[in-house]
Amino acid sequence: MEDGAMAAEPAYLEMRGISKNYGGVHALTDVDFAARRGSIHAVLGENGAGKSTLIKIVSGVVAPTRGTMSLDGAPATFGSPLEANAAGIVCIFQELSLMPDLSVADNISITDPPRNRLGLIDTRAQRRRAEELLARVGCEDIDPRERLKNLPLSRRQMVEIAKALGRNPKLLILDEATSALTSADVKKVYSILHALREEGLCLLYISHRMHEIEELADTASVFRNGRHIATFAKGAHSDDEIVQMMIGRDWSNVFPKKPERTAAPEPALEVSNLNWAPTLKRLSLSVGKGEIVGIGGLDGQGQRELLLALFGVLRGVSGSIKVNGAPVAIGSPAAAKRPENAIALIPEDRKTEGLLLPMSVAENITIAALPWLTKGLVIDRSAEAEKIREMVARMQIKVGDLDAPVATLSGGNQQKVVIAKWLLTGARIILLNDPTRGIDVGTKQEIYQLLRSLAAEGAAILFYTTDYDELIGCCDRVLILYDGAIVRELAGTEITETNIVASSLNLPGEGAAA
Amino acid sequence: MKTLRLILTQNLGLILAVVLFVALYSIYVALHPNWGLNVVLQNGNETLALIFVGMAQTMAVLVGGLDLSVGPLMTLTNCFGSHVMAGTGGSVVAGVVACLALGSACGCLNGCIIVYGRIQPIIATLATGAIYIGLALLLRPTPGGAIDGDLAWAFTNDINELGMTYGWWGDLGLFGKIPAQPIFLALVVVLVWAPFKRSATGRGAYAIGSNAHAAYMSGVRIDRSKIAAFTLAGFFAACAGVYLTMQMGSGNADAPQAAEYTLRSIATVVIGGTSLYGGSGGVIGTIFGALVLRSISFIFRVVPGDSTFGFVASPLLQPFFEGLILLFAVSLGAARVFRVRNRLSLFT
Repeated sequence: MEDGAMAAEPAYLEMRGISKNYGGVHALTDVDFAARRGSIHAVLGENGAGKSTLIKIVSGVVAPTRGTMSLDGAPATFGSPLEANAAGIVCIFQELSLMPDLSVADNISITDPPRNRLGLIDTRAQRRRAEELLARVGCEDIDPRERLKNLPLSRRQMVEIAKALGRNPKLLILDEATSALTSADVKKVYSILHALREEGLCLLYISHRMHEIEELADTASVFRNGRHIATFAKGAHSDDEIVQMMIGRDWSNVFPKKPERTAAPEPALEVSNLNWAPTLKRLSLSVGKGEIVGIGGLDGQGQRELLLALFGVLRGVSGSIKVNGAPVAIGSPAAAKRPENAIALIPEDRKTEGLLLPMSVAENITIAALPWLTKGLVIDRSAEAEKIREMVARMQIKVGDLDAPVATLSGGNQQKVVIAKWLLTGARIILLNDPTRGIDVGTKQEIYQLLRSLAAEGAAILFYTTDYDELIGCCDRVLILYDGAIVRELAGTEITETNIVASSLNLPGEGAAA
Repeated sequence: MKTLRLILTQNLGLILAVVLFVALYSIYVALHPNWGLNVVLQNGNETLALIFVGMAQTMAVLVGGLDLSVGPLMTLTNCFGSHVMAGTGGSVVAGVVACLALGSACGCLNGCIIVYGRIQPIIATLATGAIYIGLALLLRPTPGGAIDGDLAWAFTNDINELGMTYGWWGDLGLFGKIPAQPIFLALVVVLVWAPFKRSATGRGAYAIGSNAHAAYMSGVRIDRSKIAAFTLAGFFAACAGVYLTMQMGSGNADAPQAAEYTLRSIATVVIGGTSLYGGSGGVIGTIFGALVLRSISFIFRVVPGDSTFGFVASPLLQPFFEGLILLFAVSLGAARVFRVRNRLSLFT
C-alpha cells in the first residue's frame, strides 16, 4: 500500500520492529513506521490501538522494549523528553505540559529562556519572544504576563502550540491538540500547520476527528491492537474503508445471552438536560429496571463526567435526575448510596478510587456498607464476618487470607472486591466506569455473567466501556457520546462495531442516512 | 491599567502581608511610649534571624515540600560559628564564609537525599534536622564560646557603628542612624535570591511546584532545580545562624529554639502568600510574613497593663493571637475550594 511519492523521498523518522510491553500487556507489537519531511502524517486507531505509546516512544517518554529508531538516517535513542527535544522532536500532548502558576511567557520559554550578559533570564526579551510566538498563532489577545491558570482551556491550548513552535521543531507531534479549541482557533492552527509543512517539517497528527484528518493530512497510518495495519496517501481509501481497517478484531463468544424483551422496562434512572459546563451538554437518558445500557464513544467525550455527575461528585450540575420516578438531588457519594437512591459507582481506576490498598480484603469489602453493619456505635463484627463470607462466595474471590492487604490480590480479584463492596450496599442502580480494563479474560467473563444476573434481578446498569466488544456483547442499548452529548442511540441488531465506530467519530453509520 | 491589575492580582498574598504588617506595626508605634530608630534597631535584631529561616522554608515550599531542618541548621551554624568566628580580622571573614558553606552543604545533602533517595522532603528533613541538632550538641555541649566583640557589636548595630568600629567611615549623621539589618537583608535578596529567581534553575523550581509532571514533560531539569532549591534553603538557614551568632556572641545548641524557629518559619511562609502547594510566591512575601509575626509579639510588650485591653494583652495570650492571624491568612489562601467543581480534585 506504499505510495509512489513516499518511496522516492527518504524517511525522516523511521522506526523498525518497535515493540513495547507493559508487564504482560503488549502495547505495541513489531511496528514499522516511517514519516517524511514536508508532510502531515495522520495516525489513526481506536482507543488502545497503540497511538499514544508510539508517540511516547518517539518523544522519549518511554523506551521501547525492542526495536530501533532513526532520525534523518542516524540512529536515535532518547532517555528523556529533554533528549528528544534536543534532537528537534517536540510534542504537543493532549494533557497539556504547562505550569499553571507561571506566566504565559515563562511557560513558553520554560527550558530555553533568553538570557542577558549575566546569564540571567531577560524578562523583557522573554516577553517579546512570547508576544511574537503568540502573534504567530494568531493570539495577540493573550497577555504574556498573565498567569496561565487564569486563561480558559482553549487559550491554554494555543499557548501550548506557541510553546512548541518556540522550540524550533523538526518533528512536531500533535496529540489531539485541537480537542479544546474554538473553531476560529482551529482554522488558525490549520494554516500554521500547512505553513510548517511548506517549511519542510515532519508533522505527526493524532486526532479522533475524521474531517480534520481529511482537511490536514497527506498521509495516514492506521493502528490496531498495537500493530501497524497500513500506511497510505490521502484519498486512497474512503472513510468506510478506514473505519473497517480500524476495527477487525476477532472476538469469541464470551457474553451471556441477552434476554428477549417484549415491553419497555420500568425506568429506574431518568436523567434529563444534564449540563456541566463545558463537558456535558443537555444530556438526557433513561435506564430501565433489568436493563444494561452501554455508554460508548471515544475517550474523553464526557463519559466519565456523566457517571461522576450522577454519583454526586461534581459541583454545579444542572438538570433533573429521577430515581424510580421521584426527583432526587444527589450532593455526594454518601447521598448516592443511601437506600432511597441505592446508586453505586464502580470507578475506572480501582487502585486510586476503588480500593484502600494497604487495608485488608475484609475491610475493603465492607467499607461502603458500614452504616448498615453498625449496632449502636460499634461495628457488628459477627454480622460483618457473615456478609464478607457471603460476598466472597458469591463473587468467587480467590483469596487465601481475608486479613491480607487487598493490594496482594490479582487485578481481577481486586476488581471483584470493588464490585462486592458495592453489592453489599444493596445498590439497585449500578454505574460502571470501564471496569474490565487490565483484567484477565476469565474474570471479565465472570463480570459479564454477574452484570446479566444482577439485571435479571431488576438492577439498572449503566456501563461505560472503551471495549466495543463489551458494548456489543453485554448491552441491551448503547448510547454514543460525542462532545458531551448523546449523538446516537443503538438498540438490538443496530449495535454493530461499524455503527459504534462511525457514530463515535460522529459520521453517519450504516442505515442512518436519514 | 492592565499592568496594574496584573501586578495586583498576581501579588495578592504579598500585598496582604504588607498591609497586615503596616497595620500591626502602626499599632505598635502608636502604643510605644518612646518609639525611635533605636527601637527599630532592636526590632530588627529580633526579626532578622526569623526572616532568614522563613526564606529558607520558602525554598522548600516553592518546590512543593516542607523543610523541617531549617531551624536545626540555623542552630548548627550558630554553634559552628561560635568556634570559627572567634578570631579577628581575616579569619573572621573566613569563619563566616565557612558557616555559609556548611549550611549550603547541609542543604545540598537534604536535596540529594530527597531527589536520589526519592524520599518526601518532610521525612528526609525530619531525620537530617535531628542529625544537625545532634552535631550542634557535639560542637557545643553547653552554651558558650565568644566571638570577636567588635564584630558582634558592629554588625548588629546601625550604619554609623558599623563604619566607626572598623574605621571605614565616620559619623554619617542621620543617615548613619539607620539600622544595618535591612541592608544585610537587601544584599542577600539582591545578590542571591534575585539571580536565582531569574535563572533557568530557579524557574524550574517554580515549575516543579506548579506541575511536576508537566515540568518533566517540558524537559525541565527537575533534579537540578530541586537540589538547588534545598541548597539555597541551607544557605538562608546559615545566614540566620551567622546573624544569631553575632547577636548572641556565643553558641548554644538550643533544640527547643530550633524547633520553634522551624514551626514559625512555616507560618511566615504562609502569611507571606506562598502557596503550600508550591509554584507561586517567593521570599519577599515571607519577609513580610516574618515581620507580621514579630509585630504581634512587639505589640504585647507595649499594651499598658491597666488599660481596657490589658487583660487581652497578657503575654500568655500571645500564641493565641499568632494562631488567629495564621488561620486568617491560611483561610484566604484556601478560598479556591469554593471554586472547585469536581470534588475529586479536592483530594489531589
